[in-house]
Amino acid sequence: MSALLWLLAAVPLTAGTALLLTGRRLDRPAPALGVAAAAATLGLAVASAVLRPEASAPLFAGIRAGLRVDGLSAVMTVVVAAVTLAVLVFSAGEKDRLSQGGRFHGLMLLFAGAMLITVTATTLPLLLMAWEVMGAASWALIGFWWRQPQRTRAADTAFLTTRTADLGLYLAAGAALAGGVTALDLDALAGARGPWVHLLTAGVVAAAFGKSAQLPFSFWLSRAMQAPSPVSALLHAATMAAAGAYLLLRLHALLEATAWGGPLVAWTGAATALLLGVAAAAQRDLKQLLAASTCSQIGFMVLAAGTGGVAAGTAQLTAHAAVKAGLFLAAGAWLYALGTKQLPALRGAARAWQWVGAAFTACALALAGLPPLSLWAAKDEVLAAAFAQSAALYATGLAAAAVSAVYSVKALWYVLRETPGDAWQGYDTEESGTRRVTPLMRPPLLVLAAAAVALGVLALPGVFSALRDAVGTPDEPSPSAWQLPLSAAVALSAAWLAWRIQGRGPGPRLLRPAAVRRWAAGWLGLEQAARTLAVRPVLALARATAVFDDRVVDGAVHRAARAALTAAGLARRSDDGGVDALVRAVARTARRLGRAARRPQTGLLHQYYAQAAVGFAVLTLLLLSLR
Amino acid sequence: MLTLVVFLPLAVCAGLLLWPRPVSDRVCTGVWIAAAAVDLALAAALWAGFDPDGGLQYEQRADWIPTAGVGYHVGVDGLSLPLLALTCVLFLAVAVYSLRETRRVRAYACLFLFLETVCLGLFSALDLILFFVYFDLSIVGMYFVIAGWGHGERGRAAALKFFLYTFIGSLALLLGFIGLYLAASPHTFDITELAAADPLAGRGAYAALVLLALGVGLAVKTPAVPFHTWLPPAHTEAPAAGSAILAGVLLKMGTYGFVRIAMPLLPGVWREYALAFIVVGAVSAVYGALVALGQTDVKRMIAYTSVNHMGYVVLAVGAAGVLSGTDDQARTLAVTGAVTQMVSHGLITGALFLLTGVLYERGRTYAVEAYSGLAGPAPRFAAAVAVAAFASLGIPGFSGFIAEFQIFTGSLAAQATATALAVTGILLTAALFLRALRQMFLGALRLPPGSPDGRFGDLAVPETTAVAPLLGLALVIGVLPRPLLDVIEPASRAVAGLVAR
Repeated sequence: MSALLWLLAAVPLTAGTALLLTGRRLDRPAPALGVAAAAATLGLAVASAVLRPEASAPLFAGIRAGLRVDGLSAVMTVVVAAVTLAVLVFSAGEKDRLSQGGRFHGLMLLFAGAMLITVTATTLPLLLMAWEVMGAASWALIGFWWRQPQRTRAADTAFLTTRTADLGLYLAAGAALAGGVTALDLDALAGARGPWVHLLTAGVVAAAFGKSAQLPFSFWLSRAMQAPSPVSALLHAATMAAAGAYLLLRLHALLEATAWGGPLVAWTGAATALLLGVAAAAQRDLKQLLAASTCSQIGFMVLAAGTGGVAAGTAQLTAHAAVKAGLFLAAGAWLYALGTKQLPALRGAARAWQWVGAAFTACALALAGLPPLSLWAAKDEVLAAAFAQSAALYATGLAAAAVSAVYSVKALWYVLRETPGDAWQGYDTEESGTRRVTPLMRPPLLVLAAAAVALGVLALPGVFSALRDAVGTPDEPSPSAWQLPLSAAVALSAAWLAWRIQGRGPGPRLLRPAAVRRWAAGWLGLEQAARTLAVRPVLALARATAVFDDRVVDGAVHRAARAALTAAGLARRSDDGGVDALVRAVARTARRLGRAARRPQTGLLHQYYAQAAVGFAVLTLLLLSLR
Repeated sequence: MLTLVVFLPLAVCAGLLLWPRPVSDRVCTGVWIAAAAVDLALAAALWAGFDPDGGLQYEQRADWIPTAGVGYHVGVDGLSLPLLALTCVLFLAVAVYSLRETRRVRAYACLFLFLETVCLGLFSALDLILFFVYFDLSIVGMYFVIAGWGHGERGRAAALKFFLYTFIGSLALLLGFIGLYLAASPHTFDITELAAADPLAGRGAYAALVLLALGVGLAVKTPAVPFHTWLPPAHTEAPAAGSAILAGVLLKMGTYGFVRIAMPLLPGVWREYALAFIVVGAVSAVYGALVALGQTDVKRMIAYTSVNHMGYVVLAVGAAGVLSGTDDQARTLAVTGAVTQMVSHGLITGALFLLTGVLYERGRTYAVEAYSGLAGPAPRFAAAVAVAAFASLGIPGFSGFIAEFQIFTGSLAAQATATALAVTGILLTAALFLRALRQMFLGALRLPPGSPDGRFGDLAVPETTAVAPLLGLALVIGVLPRPLLDVIEPASRAVAGLVAR
């Protein structure tokens, strides 16, 4: 049983690593190998969702690395594995753009494998390991086309932003240990003692917000749009961005351990859902619109986690995975064919490739929250959980739901237009399009669109209560009789309104005044703020510290060395001019005395007699005077 | 057996030096590689026969200067065995890397063989004077490496600075050793006897002065801020092989001194001043990372990341002192993390310095902005640097994470603010490595104007053979840390217990 779980983690990770290590040799068969590994992973995921295996191994002193598939993990593993398979099949259809297939598929498998460990880990260190590997893989994937500087810079932004938030998990691990959760079991974190539980909660929440691009970290997801479209599909639907929401759903008990945890998370989720929804409505680039909508939709999951709606959040995550993967793959298909993702240039795209258009339409309608599609059902579960906590949260969520309808319809409006005669002028602005959609792109699109529609069954009470039992929160509230129709009415009227305003063109004006539109289109100025408040000061500090180190710290060493040399010089001078001079003076005096003593030695006897007489006289005088 | 492992390189060195006829360069390097490989095999045999729960093993004693209480006493435990193995691995890697060396190869090989014995001797020494002799000889050996094979005149200046600065440090260390000797009765320099006797218990200011001398001596070698400024020029001007050994092995002598001597021999005063070490460690970690971020020379940048990484070690050993008697698990984690970090830093930074040697050989400059887009002509080189950089910035799956996670998790309870500050170091190192990777390896191709043949060759076979095993080991430790941690943990538990006395 536990072997199954180790295999689930090992198959994508080892296959990915092997593809990466072989360099260019396996580029040609790489797509087939990648799809095969993803299919095997899906099989293992389904098997472990049924069998619910558990495994663990010793890791650190008193801390184990544990894996387990429980109800929540069962849903997550299947979602992750299924989306990975769909995305890799699609990528196989795009293999001329994704040359260096060994690197691409290897990284994608690593990315997905890390997410699979994240959603099955039962201890904090193992979760953190997978969590960070996922970040590193996202760096390599966003910068996949590494010759283009804007893409690699975007990769840096994404990695550094998420890692800033990840520091929270490092602190959380220390806080958990200090708070008495010595095994660092995720299930036991809520029992941390004393003030440590606050640090623990803050760390976890920060890390989750960063990974899931919630306020104020949302901007990295905008930059991440530099990634190839299949990467975006996987990153938004089932890995990275979903991971933060998963973590909060998994640790919802921890959020309740402090008075502020639940409300902070719920309100941040609601605010992100609303504000990033507005940002989505202001975008003219299809992938940017979808990216902002990811923040917004994940905001609903975060709202659910903050209000104890674990099953609701899981339903939202699952439905969103299908919807968003489908939308990104459709956008990717058009980008591949037309070389653009600008909405005005995509007019008529849905008519030109009808299968893609149909899939996009189905997913976009689901994203709009229209009944009876999947996100309508899931979002109402979330709003029901929010309503149980506070009416204001519910109202904010409902407003965000209306905004979802607006931006979804905006995107749909463009692609469903007649193809204008001068459409070709807008093509090939970002890459050179091939004017075709390959056959391998079709099956994943259709499967995802079907899932996006069919997951509407979550609205059925029996299905949802089964999900509640599976994730272990049987008491979660269900939408009451008035909530489902109300949200349906809100979504429908918002969609209708948006379609009307959009149809009034030219220069459709969904957002007014212009300043608000610019603010929303620029992702609320978040990246600018991060640069001004964090990046530039740190870089300036680094340069200043480097100068300080050279001039002051090393300067002190050099001054000490010079002082030692100066002291040595002084010592030499005092030695030469002092001690040695004294010695020489003594010698000189001795020599002079010697010379003086030689004087009387003339060799003439009469002089000796005279000297003796004088000496005798002096002595006599001396004796007399002493007397 | 242990003595054989230690002195085998020296014997080969002597043989190579005294061989009466001229020896070709290839033969010299071949002999060197063979000696290093045999020594590594012997070290592996030591490891295989080692019982993790058996305390000190492979002990040997002989009289040396009995009147002064100095003896030849060697042995290994879970603290020193990983470092012995690391030393053997790194010296073998450096020997393989040096297949491309052409300048005075015979002397070069002899010097490194001599250094290998010195390093192995230090990590197995259980007598303070023996330890001190190796400590000093390592400075002498590395001085000649930098001065003789470094980058010209600046190399000689850097070598002089290195020698004088670290020599002053070792004198401070000697003072501390003498202080310990005088306090013990009967007078002895034997580490195990001193650890058992705890001669400075309750000695107040005298004990504090001894710790100060030891602390300064070890901090210079580690190096900890503010005693670190000898490191960047020494690294920048040394040949790649010298930098790898300097960073990979010689720096560990300082941190090893903390866990082998300072903590177990002065437990009381260590606990009293543990906070000072925590502060020095946290400051080194953040300051080193910040200064590294401010560099434009890739080798200087890596040198400063060593200050950062060694800062974590000092933080952890300080935290183990604060936690004494309260939380056994946390201080075991901290000390284990510290020892793991020594091994991990040796492997990863060793690899990084060898790779910068490759860079210099191709482009004749370390300036980051001189290069761009190297991933095009040299994909294997780019991949190796990227892997080493990510390993160094602590990405899980590599040994650095295993070390740093234990350090942070174990230290937070001791001093939350300092540890939280130190944690930001991993973000700063991420920023500086990503920036360097992007500027040098990604984007459009641009080579420095001074590069010899206007092209940039990918990794050659000796270079790959030298670097890949280091990164491979870092990966193995990162994925399957238990074999290493099983050896370290009992020993670090013992050290933590000694400090808590």
